[in-house]
Amino acid sequence: MSEIVHPLHHFIRPFSTSTTNCPGCGNGIAAQSILRAIGDLEMNLDDFVFVTGIGCAAWIPSPLFNADILHTTHGRPIAFALGIKMGLPDKKVMVISGDGDLAAIGGNHLIQNARRNVEMIVICLNNGIYGMTGGQAAPTTPVGLKTATTPYGTFENPFDISQLVIAAGATFVARWTTYQPRQLTATIKKAIQKKGFSFIEVITQCPVQYGKKTGSGSAVQMMREYKEKSISPKEASKLSEEKLQGRIVVGELLDKVKPEMVEEIMKMKKRASGESK
Amino acid sequence: MIGKRVLTGKHFMMGNIACAEGALAAGCEFAAGYPITPATEIATRLAERLPPVGGMFLQMEDEISSIAAIIGASWTGKKVMTATSGPGISLMLENIGFAIGVETPCVIVNVQRAGPTTGMPTAGVDGDMVQAKRGSHGDYEIIALCPASPQEMFDHTVLAFNYAEKFRTPVFVLSDAFVGHMREEVLIPGPEKIETLIRKIPEAGTDPLQIKGFLDEDVAPMPIFGKGFKSHVTSSCHDEYGKRNLSDLAALDHFVRRLSNKILKHKEEIIRVERDYEGAEIVLVSYGAVSRAAKMAAARGREAGLPVGTLRLITPWPFPDEEVEKMARKTRKVIVLENNLGQLYPYIKAEAAHYAEVSFMPPSTLGMIHDPEDILKRVVREVLK
Repeated sequence: MSEIVHPLHHFIRPFSTSTTNCPGCGNGIAAQSILRAIGDLEMNLDDFVFVTGIGCAAWIPSPLFNADILHTTHGRPIAFALGIKMGLPDKKVMVISGDGDLAAIGGNHLIQNARRNVEMIVICLNNGIYGMTGGQAAPTTPVGLKTATTPYGTFENPFDISQLVIAAGATFVARWTTYQPRQLTATIKKAIQKKGFSFIEVITQCPVQYGKKTGSGSAVQMMREYKEKSISPKEASKLSEEKLQGRIVVGELLDKVKPEMVEEIMKMKKRASGESK
Repeated sequence: MIGKRVLTGKHFMMGNIACAEGALAAGCEFAAGYPITPATEIATRLAERLPPVGGMFLQMEDEISSIAAIIGASWTGKKVMTATSGPGISLMLENIGFAIGVETPCVIVNVQRAGPTTGMPTAGVDGDMVQAKRGSHGDYEIIALCPASPQEMFDHTVLAFNYAEKFRTPVFVLSDAFVGHMREEVLIPGPEKIETLIRKIPEAGTDPLQIKGFLDEDVAPMPIFGKGFKSHVTSSCHDEYGKRNLSDLAALDHFVRRLSNKILKHKEEIIRVERDYEGAEIVLVSYGAVSRAAKMAAARGREAGLPVGTLRLITPWPFPDEEVEKMARKTRKVIVLENNLGQLYPYIKAEAAHYAEVSFMPPSTLGMIHDPEDILKRVVREVLK
């Protein structure tokens, strides 16, 4: 009898035989969507360089994806990715990290590179919590939630990361939840082909540090909640701000064309060296 | 000047400009930085000079992203550098440790200014001497060079690139506001006369599973990105293949020791000093701008018949312990001169105090280079003691 092999198995690094993800984690769904998108586009992992920061989401490609990977310091993957893109402008540079890494400690690099509109794909796994360190409040945690560092409930307003990145100047922004893996895959395919800064927020469940500790339930319960709360941008535009409270606007939120930084640098270099005047 | 990588000729040049020209001559392709006094001229010169020769300088949002961007670019095979001053180094320290941990060639220029904190930006004080070695967390070794003139800002920057490429590690050029802003004659040789090294990379087509890209005490070939090496580069504890290991303390021991031994094993090749203490009973030990004052004081002292010599540390790191000991064995008294409150003094004393009497001499006012006359008076006092 022939061995059953997962169709995406060829993308996995040979020495990786296990993952660090907890049972029920949304990382696996996101990992599949990313690899399916790459497979659907008939691309090779050698076309990519993956860059990650610190946190559970950073362990999606590192070391699982059989590709060039730079697993960097906390909050800084986008800054490292910029340097990689400068050196390898023909490669696809994809940053995969979490909401704490990208929106808290690394928030400045996120908005600055959205502003620069440098071509890269940033996938932000937003679980609304610090998972790896044991369930502390993040800048994405809903108001009032009791976490390890806010035992009496959070008292800060959360970020809407996608809207933040839109305001900063990105050219492709989308949000999906782990309940919509097919839509997520289709969006990642678009982002990979986009000439500009692409940001995809993936609302994902952390059943261990969020679900269990805050009473939001199991992975299945959390995903069911995502299904119920999800609303398209079109439907959302018909609702008042109050009625939108607690809903998750999912879909492609922005897709526009603006000059891309690396291309602009190439033009500038030609001007500087007197090749075109 | 536009479009010419090496500015061969005789120039009257500022130290910071000579540093940027040294970077170009060494083959720097990408630089990133953030404006800061007294290092800014390096960034502005690179911003002007790099694009016409196919390179690029990027002004980043801060020093953290500056060092991150150059490390990223170094992993694509580019020669890279950043230039800043103490406050910028303080911000870079975590990622400097990252560059050490994943063995990334890069040059970091610190044009030192008076600290702590914002301090006095235009005052030259060599207050970051130990920070370069011990600033990032954990045990590690670093290479650092201390130029004393605009000519050496050029020469040492070239050398720093060569050390970085050869040993796959960050290399510091520890200058200061004096040397950075000093203007003197700078001779830039023809490109064929400037030795430039390039890092080793694995042979094209090597099976990724067979590439030992890390932790070789004789420097592993760097499995740079974009070549199909499928490199897993993580700053977490890892083995020769880049495979992460977060549970085995033997792996941790191996990781830390190998990285340090990579530098220590090649100490003799890296360390540079200037010895001029034959027959001297008193030796002035110094580095950087202060070494110019020490040299002048020693010359005047000898004219007056005083048995005084000098030892200049060109590379404070790796610490030239054997050189200091060798000197101390041959003399009676050692005076350590630094433009700070005594940063390398304890290191020098530890090696020299067994053989000679060691004392420290700061400048009369912090931020002022020692007056050679003051040094001479001190020497006379020591002779008469």
